[in-house]
Amino acid sequence: MSDEKNIFSRAEEFMQLFKKGADFTQDLLKENERLRFKVVQLEEENRLAKVSGAGGGDKLVVELNKKLQTIEDEMQKLLERHRTVEAENKDFANKYLEIEYENNNLANLYIASFQLHSTLDFKEVLQIILEIIINLIGAETFGVLLLDEKTNELAAVATEGVDREDIPLIKIGTGIIGGVAKSGENFFVEEIKPFDKFDPQIPIVCISLKIKEHVIGVIAIYKLLQQKPKFTELDYELFTLLAGHAATAIFSSKLYSESERKLSTIQGFINLLTK
Amino acid sequence: MAYRILIIDDSPTMRQLLTFAVKRLSGVETVEAADGVDGYKKLTNEKFDLVLADINMPVMDGLKLVSIIRDNPDYKDIPIVMVTTEGGKEDREKAISLGANAYITKPIQAPHVLSVVKELLKIT
Repeated sequence: MSDEKNIFSRAEEFMQLFKKGADFTQDLLKENERLRFKVVQLEEENRLAKVSGAGGGDKLVVELNKKLQTIEDEMQKLLERHRTVEAENKDFANKYLEIEYENNNLANLYIASFQLHSTLDFKEVLQIILEIIINLIGAETFGVLLLDEKTNELAAVATEGVDREDIPLIKIGTGIIGGVAKSGENFFVEEIKPFDKFDPQIPIVCISLKIKEHVIGVIAIYKLLQQKPKFTELDYELFTLLAGHAATAIFSSKLYSESERKLSTIQGFINLLTK
Repeated sequence: MAYRILIIDDSPTMRQLLTFAVKRLSGVETVEAADGVDGYKKLTNEKFDLVLADINMPVMDGLKLVSIIRDNPDYKDIPIVMVTTEGGKEDREKAISLGANAYITKPIQAPHVLSVVKELLKIT
């Protein structure tokens, strides 16, 4: 009985083993099939690669080279354009600065001439001339001298940084100031040296105040403000403006003051006669 | 945005120059005063964003004006720019120590004034 049982159990084991073997064979066959398919696939890919490598590849390289060249050409053009635009930008920036500078100068000149002709009061005109020389030119010590045509002497009528009495009467034709009053030619020192001491006869700048060719006085500048080391282009424009406009403003305000004075004298007489 | 600037200087030429300089900013409105007292009166009566003041002025000078403005808590933050002929280091330091925010020496350059004003008003 036990032998019979033993045989059955061994047969069972054998059957299971056989089944495993059959499954394994089945798997091997499937794997074989898959690998065969893979081989065919790779062979086909290899064939196509060989076909495209012969002839077609050169064409592609040529086309790619062409494209590369075109791109490089475009890049060069763009770089060139960038350089041109950059240069134009710099040019515009410089022009903008120049215009800004000119605009500033013109505004200063406009304001100076506007102020000079804003009054007919002699004292106010002198005050405005002082303001322009201080605020626009940047002078610290200077004087406005007018010519007395009877005595042919220049006398200080307004000063800044120095008393009026410290500038003596100057005979026309004498020294730098007298020479400017005689010739009508402006005087500028070539180099502004550090201020040593005040000498009324030695200005650093002397501008003749002229109405046409007729000199009525001068502006003598002795010292600039410490933050103003030298004259600028605008200063020379202002000197030219002052030479003409300040002279006209002084002359007309003097005439106006005199006519006002005469008018009040005549009015006084009339009042006296009619009373 | 509109800005109101108070210009205090005894010289009409200088006031006109400063007005020209700051009016290049769009929307700027200026009010002028001829001395420190007149300037302070205008500052307390109207609203301003910035003050441009000279130092050498009659009645009340610019330095006295700066200290009075700074003593008033209502105006402790208003930007003040001194515009003066005094180019010395001590003058500058004194003005700054009293509460001025910037110091410009004459003769002025409009673009420089404009850049200082823009910086203080934080205009980009």
